[in-house]
Amino acid sequence: MTRTTIEVTINGMRYRHEVEPRLLLVHYIRDVVGLTGTHIGCETSLCGACTVLLNGAAVKSCTLFAVQADGAEITTIEGLGEAGQLHPIQEGFWMKHGLQCGYCTPGMILAAYQLLQRYPDPTEAQIRHGIEGNLCRCTGYQHIIEAIRYAAEKLRSQKV
Amino acid sequence: MIPAAFAYFRPTNVKEALTLLDQYKDEAKLLAGGHSLIPLMKLRLAQPRYVIDLGRVRELEYIRESGDQVLIGAMTRHVAVETSDLLRQRCPLLAETASVIGDAQVRNMGTIGGSLAHADPAADYPAAILALDAEMRAVSSQGERWIRAEDFFVDMLTTALQPGELLVEIKVPALPPRTGTAYVKVAQKASGFALCGVAVVLTMDQQGVCQHAAVGITGVAPKAYRARAVEQALRGQKLDASVMAAASAKAAEGIDPLEDLHASAEYRAHLARVFCRRALEQAHARI
Ligand SMILES: Cc1cc2nc3c(=O)[nH]c(=O)nc-3n(C[C@H](O)[C@H](O)[C@H](O)COP(=O)(O)OP(=O)(O)OC[C@H]3O[C@@H](n4cnc5c(N)ncnc54)[C@H](O)[C@@H]3O)c2cc1C
Ligand code: FES
Ligand code: FES
Repeated sequence: MTRTTIEVTINGMRYRHEVEPRLLLVHYIRDVVGLTGTHIGCETSLCGACTVLLNGAAVKSCTLFAVQADGAEITTIEGLGEAGQLHPIQEGFWMKHGLQCGYCTPGMILAAYQLLQRYPDPTEAQIRHGIEGNLCRCTGYQHIIEAIRYAAEKLRSQKV
Repeated sequence: MIPAAFAYFRPTNVKEALTLLDQYKDEAKLLAGGHSLIPLMKLRLAQPRYVIDLGRVRELEYIRESGDQVLIGAMTRHVAVETSDLLRQRCPLLAETASVIGDAQVRNMGTIGGSLAHADPAADYPAAILALDAEMRAVSSQGERWIRAEDFFVDMLTTALQPGELLVEIKVPALPPRTGTAYVKVAQKASGFALCGVAVVLTMDQQGVCQHAAVGITGVAPKAYRARAVEQALRGQKLDASVMAAASAKAAEGIDPLEDLHASAEYRAHLARVFCRRALEQAHARI
């Protein structure tokens, strides 16, 4: 089958690969590039575990072909902060117990990232609406909402 | 969940896309946001040999005013419709409808053209498109034509678009004065798709008599429909709670409702009546 060459920037690093057009973006990120922080939960576009940022917008990477992302800038969970220096959203999840098993967490954090860019001071309703595309089987969401609120405050205090 | 193999094309303008469509005909599928097509391809319910990605056809991404109409390019993402200041002012019904499609990630990818062309019986846009008497512009290598909303939706997953035709533009009217609109839906919990969604446009005259009423209902029947009996019961009336409630009782008249594991036919008809009343009340309160 014909293969197509794509070039993407993931977390600031440039990658160039020949891929089959039918390769899903999430499989490209995990299996070809080797960044396994992005999880596959349902593979049916419902759970949001596979959420990454594509040119700044949160998308479900299981519902995109890698070829569609040719030329794009992608951010995965590995691109947000690092060991010893967590991103404020990661810190919020840590401080407020926003995770239990952690399976939904990478996608949840990237959905929260987009949410806080759109609404730096979100209401609870805006937070709930913003993470509608992300399912969590453990936390009951309450701690996730508190984690996002924590992150919002921290990010705003860093700006001034 | 691996789609069947296909050859991939990425045209950068409408002309190239039409040439590819003519060349590969029914072996080809257009890919817009992919949020209906890719799930089907993963299940191998769709196995196109050629995929024509419209993602770089930038000329189809716009929202602009033209006289008392608003024109929307087919590749405009749901999020752009949801957040458009122009639409919020001139046609808030469409922005409101876009804001409750799926979830934030779906709205970042999905397009208005893809949603309309797909004609999912549980999609949100068709209710608003019908209530607004919108028109769709289709082009092919043979020329172009406008299709009225009521002629556009033919059956479940079937539109008036012909093979070789590309949906390029949607035209909606700007709101006349003394008009209120609303879209309310009850969502299927897992996907967010509409079990029932009702879009309402109400225009009153100076005396507070209903001059124009349009009600589009999605999710209930194999295709979205106009609730003509409801509209008739409203036109020429002063609207109060009891008039609107009586009219809403006709929301599923003459309809053969869908039935699946999420909702029985009887329940869907009930939802149509209840949500019709709520949408009317909301639209009326916004005049
Ligand atoms: C988890 C999830 C939840 C969702 N929830 C909702 C919801 O609540 N409400 C709702 O309305 N929708 C919902 N959707 C569907 C979503 O809105 C889709 O984006 C939309 O139905 C299809 O648009 P698309 O741009 O993704 O089209 P695609 O999937 O790319 O295409 C769909 C079909 O239309 C054809 N097509 C695309 N563009 C054109 C064109 N310009 N001319 C002719 N044919 C064309 C394609 O060939 C294909 O057959 C949901 C989807 C997912 C994955
Ligand atoms: S794995 Fe992509 S939405 Fe669940
Ligand atoms: S923490 Fe387990 S799924 Fe969310």
